[in-house]
Amino acid sequence: MSDILEEITSSEYKYGFTSNIEMETAPKGLSEDIIRFISQKKNEPDWMLEFRLQAFRKWQTMEEPKHWAHLNYPKIDFQDIIYYAAPKPKKKLNSLDEVDPELLKTFEKLGISLEEQKRLSGVESTIAVDAVIDSVSVKTTFKEVLAEKGIIFCSFSEAVHEHPELVKKYMGSVVPYTDNYYAALNSAVFTDGSFCYIPKGVRCPMELSTYFRINTSGTGQFERTLIIADEGGYASYLEGCTAPSRDENQLHAAVVEIIVHENAEIKYSTVQNWYPGDKDGKGGVYNFVTKRGICFGDNSKLSWTQVETGSAITWKYPSVILKGNNSVGEFYSVAVTNNYQQADTGTKMIHLGSNTRSTIVSKGISAGFSNNSYRGLVRIGKGAKNARNFSQCDSLLMGDKCGAHTFPYIEIKDKSAIVEHEATTSKIGEDQLFYCKQRGLDTEKAVALIVNGYCKEVLNKLPMEFAVEAQKLLAVSLEGSVG
Amino acid sequence: MISINNLKAGIGDKEILKGFNLNVKPGEVHAIMGPNGSGKSTLANVLAGKEDYTVTDGSVTFNGKDLLDMSPEDRAREGLFLAFQYPVEIPGVSNINFLKTCLSEIRAYKGLPPIEAKDFLKMVKEKQALVELQGSLANRSVNEGFSGGEKKRNEIFQMAMLEPSLAILDETDSGLDIDALRIVANGVNKLRDKNRSFVVITHYQRLLDYIVPDFVHVMYNGQIVKSGPKELALELEEKGYDWIKKEEEQVI
Ligand SMILES: Nc1ncnc2c1ncn2[C@@H]1O[C@H](COP(=O)(O)OP(=O)(O)OP(=O)(O)O)[C@@H](O)[C@H]1O
Ligand SMILES: [Mg+2]
Repeated sequence: MSDILEEITSSEYKYGFTSNIEMETAPKGLSEDIIRFISQKKNEPDWMLEFRLQAFRKWQTMEEPKHWAHLNYPKIDFQDIIYYAAPKPKKKLNSLDEVDPELLKTFEKLGISLEEQKRLSGVESTIAVDAVIDSVSVKTTFKEVLAEKGIIFCSFSEAVHEHPELVKKYMGSVVPYTDNYYAALNSAVFTDGSFCYIPKGVRCPMELSTYFRINTSGTGQFERTLIIADEGGYASYLEGCTAPSRDENQLHAAVVEIIVHENAEIKYSTVQNWYPGDKDGKGGVYNFVTKRGICFGDNSKLSWTQVETGSAITWKYPSVILKGNNSVGEFYSVAVTNNYQQADTGTKMIHLGSNTRSTIVSKGISAGFSNNSYRGLVRIGKGAKNARNFSQCDSLLMGDKCGAHTFPYIEIKDKSAIVEHEATTSKIGEDQLFYCKQRGLDTEKAVALIVNGYCKEVLNKLPMEFAVEAQKLLAVSLEGSVG
Repeated sequence: MISINNLKAGIGDKEILKGFNLNVKPGEVHAIMGPNGSGKSTLANVLAGKEDYTVTDGSVTFNGKDLLDMSPEDRAREGLFLAFQYPVEIPGVSNINFLKTCLSEIRAYKGLPPIEAKDFLKMVKEKQALVELQGSLANRSVNEGFSGGEKKRNEIFQMAMLEPSLAILDETDSGLDIDALRIVANGVNKLRDKNRSFVVITHYQRLLDYIVPDFVHVMYNGQIVKSGPKELALELEEKGYDWIKKEEEQVI
């Protein structure tokens, strides 16, 4: 812990560099032609293009959601965004040697290795990485090792070509393009993302990870992730994201769909660190994301854990549809906002099967002039016998110019349900800070310690490597917020 | 060790310390007694550097340095320790982790490398035994869900771990049962040495049966109004503070 804290020396966004990678981009703007261009660039089959066009036509009829979330931002000009940017060359890469060295440097700076370190015998804690820069997956590591177990872990584009039956069957099954404005937009223009399939009875032996990076200026990033755990399968999946510091706002609208079959389990962890904008609120990523999974089979389990420190605006509600009997949904979240950041995040737990259980633990931390809202829905459907939910939403305020809000929605259609909701709001205590200082800690360390303690329940859910990164991030995001 | 001269401090317009003087030499134990509201905790907080208070006059020299010029954390790193009258809880931060972080900071300030994990654990065991603190408490979050007495004992455990040169104990005895009182006092006595001084704030002579002070001071209305040997505490216990208050008022 203390070592981690020692590493924090500057409060600047350290991922704010840009890389000089040669990019191929589409002209700005959105039209059927652009969609055809993207689809053609990606050499897609007709069914994929058709899906995109349908989504686009739907999107044109939809209204940008504006008023229900506790957010405030200027109107986005969707014609002023580049919807496709890919590192050149576009030929298929067969080994790391063929990857643009600038790009490798980028990932090195991010602290992500695209080299497949030789696994030491008996050590199973390596991470397989799918690296997505702007819109394109540039490298997936450990593919062969995973393939031995029948696990498919590749870029979405590759899956469209290599595993069309799986993509056709599951894409849009949890988040249909009709779902919401940004899901429709994503369905029309998404360029890449990760695809993962865990076959029956297979426990994935390593962490699977996707690392997203926005690089080119004026681009939107629209990635799509699809994860399927077949009967009895298990995987732990990590997602990390960063972007360069830029004056203008960049749009990120992703879709993540997860399908968990009988007796299977998926743990999905996110450390979201998109560029938050500067201290006056200039620039930063608009992060409008639809994440949803379905516990399709009996005894299945889906667990979302997120640490949200980045983005100018976050709009995101990772959800679970508990369809299978005895299925379990979990949501563990830490959302930090500082300066002029805004976050409206939470979850939806939709109980349909009997004996379904869900747990929600949300820790919001607001500092500066920021606004941080928890918004969550717990719905117990008719016939969802003996469903249980426990929600705990805590807000921590640093200073008196920030806001914390909690919007819990509860809909119960079955009398046998037990739903509990607890909420607290506290201020970071002057007394706590003074206590720490009296023991020799400076303000920065004291804040980091107190905040990490406050979030411990959530941080404990993260895989080790991520927990360490998350703790560092929390400390860095809050630097200068007290005293 | 510490030399406090004509210290005046307060909150807003309210003056609480009204020209406080005290000299503590290395190895000495001073007891400060006095009625509620006389300014004892204020003194402790001002010395520790709590920002709520404004110092308007006077000076404090601590181990040859200007104490009032230092940040609270530097005062702690220089060896000033305050056992709080009301210790705060820090949920989710284990006592052990907390102490390790504090110790590293203090060591770094002194130019020492972080303590080795195994030496640290050895130290924890030793000091835990000193204040008879249960192992489970050391592993729990700082003071979270601790009973009043456990919190006080934990303060002494922290003091033992951080090895300050001057420890101010603000009513560490209140809320302790007889056994705990003896344990805490024993802990303090074992830490007494010729280079370490104590300022013990208390309302009860009882504590001073265990921690025998070199001097007893009576504080009233922001000043020390009477000082004497340890017997003064007995006299106070017998007569209460009224006679002192009267004496004071006559002077005015
Ligand atoms: N933060 C504060 N705000 C306002 N008044 C304060 C504050 N702290 C102390 N005081 C006032 O200063 C005076 C001295 O308080 P202090 O806590 O130092 O007394 P004490 O001698 O420690 O009392 P006790 O024996 O009850 O612990 C009291 O009148 C108290 O109300
Ligand atoms: Mg007091």
